[in-house]
Amino acid sequence: MTEVIQKGWTREQMAELAAQDIPNGAIVNLGIGMPELVAKFVPEGKEFIYHTENGMLGMGPTPAPGEEDHELINAGKKSITAIPGASFFHHADSFTMIRGGHIDVCVLGTMQVSEQGDIANWSTGAENDIPGVGGAMDLVQGVKTIYVITTHVTKKGDAKLVEHCSYPLTGKKVISRIYTDLAIVDVGPDGFECKRLAPGVSFDEVVAKTGARIIDKT
Amino acid sequence: MINKLVASAAEAVADIPDGATIMIGGFGEAGSPTELIHALIDQGAKNLTVISNNTGNGEVGLAALIAAERVDKMICSFPKSSQSRVFPALYQAGKIELELVPQGTIAERIRAGGAGIPAFYTATTVGTILAEGKELRSFDDREYVMEHSLTADYALVKCQAADRMGNLVYNKTARNFNPIMCTAATTTIVQTQELVDVGALDPEVIVTPCVYVNRLVQIAKPLVESELIEQGVSYP
Repeated sequence: MTEVIQKGWTREQMAELAAQDIPNGAIVNLGIGMPELVAKFVPEGKEFIYHTENGMLGMGPTPAPGEEDHELINAGKKSITAIPGASFFHHADSFTMIRGGHIDVCVLGTMQVSEQGDIANWSTGAENDIPGVGGAMDLVQGVKTIYVITTHVTKKGDAKLVEHCSYPLTGKKVISRIYTDLAIVDVGPDGFECKRLAPGVSFDEVVAKTGARIIDKT
Repeated sequence: MINKLVASAAEAVADIPDGATIMIGGFGEAGSPTELIHALIDQGAKNLTVISNNTGNGEVGLAALIAAERVDKMICSFPKSSQSRVFPALYQAGKIELELVPQGTIAERIRAGGAGIPAFYTATTVGTILAEGKELRSFDDREYVMEHSLTADYALVKCQAADRMGNLVYNKTARNFNPIMCTAATTTIVQTQELVDVGALDPEVIVTPCVYVNRLVQIAKPLVESELIEQGVSYP
């Protein structure tokens, strides 16, 4: 029998780490994809209220098969449920919550984050790319705290944490913290700060896979 | 007696001319006025500018209007989704123009249009390519982009229940852009699932007061876009 030694964090573990950092009572907006996993890991004793851009506070879990309602969906256009205390509102009200600074935490996926806290997550800028921005630029400007969940490098092995984003920006100087499969990284006044290493991962490996200077603050 | 009810979707959209600017409600399939859009396809108006968050799904509703090449320009926040094939193909062929607007900015531009506010400043897009060519201004040491309001000749809207005066309520996340679009169009055309007596809607819960509504048509059993797509339906 081969002993399996875990190296790095799984997607679920990254989501759980992010959930642990969200304060009790927070109004939270989760981006499409990996950030949606955060909702599975609300710590014992904490209560979050989920906001979805298409006009709802109090988004609940996915309905059971056969229980879907075509008129109850999230920003990713997937079926959801409403918790007791939920409310519905139109799009201008929904983005008043976002742009007016009423949402506490937003967790987003990304293509690149710079050491300044810039984020690029909406377009590759390629000639044949169909651009679609959705609510990403509103969220990064308006939500009080922006967390990012992402693999540390791309499938090709390119760094996602970089000195300057090469893709078109979603927003400048807006990211506070990044949860990767290798580490938890803060954006500090002097650039990236490694706060915690995943199991079996060395700081040297994080340095090697980061496209910018990173300070050891573990 | 005020009665905004017309007999059919065809009658409701009959006067929409070529070159009109039309706001179309809905986010994904929720709240999309599919029957009104299909009536517009049948009616034949072309060279349209459409303001809607997405570009439709499959080959029904807004996607079918775009596929029929009636739309010269789309103003939207997210023209691509897993069920959206029509727009990307025409866009890449250079047959349709796109004005890409962040979702909050498009909502606020519509709200401002309805409220008689010609322009406003927002932090959204500052430092990005979507702010290029726009006026920037600082307030309290933070930079903002000026955005112009949006109005339209027509709005096509879906609601859950209406009375003959045009008071409206919606259903869950099918509300989305519909109420603000009602306020920003010269002529607002609404399809409602239920028609109720005047007085039946609690004044405390009416979302769209009748002042914003011009025409109503009852579509008691509206099409469900995702079901049509599953069945492989392509309109017309």
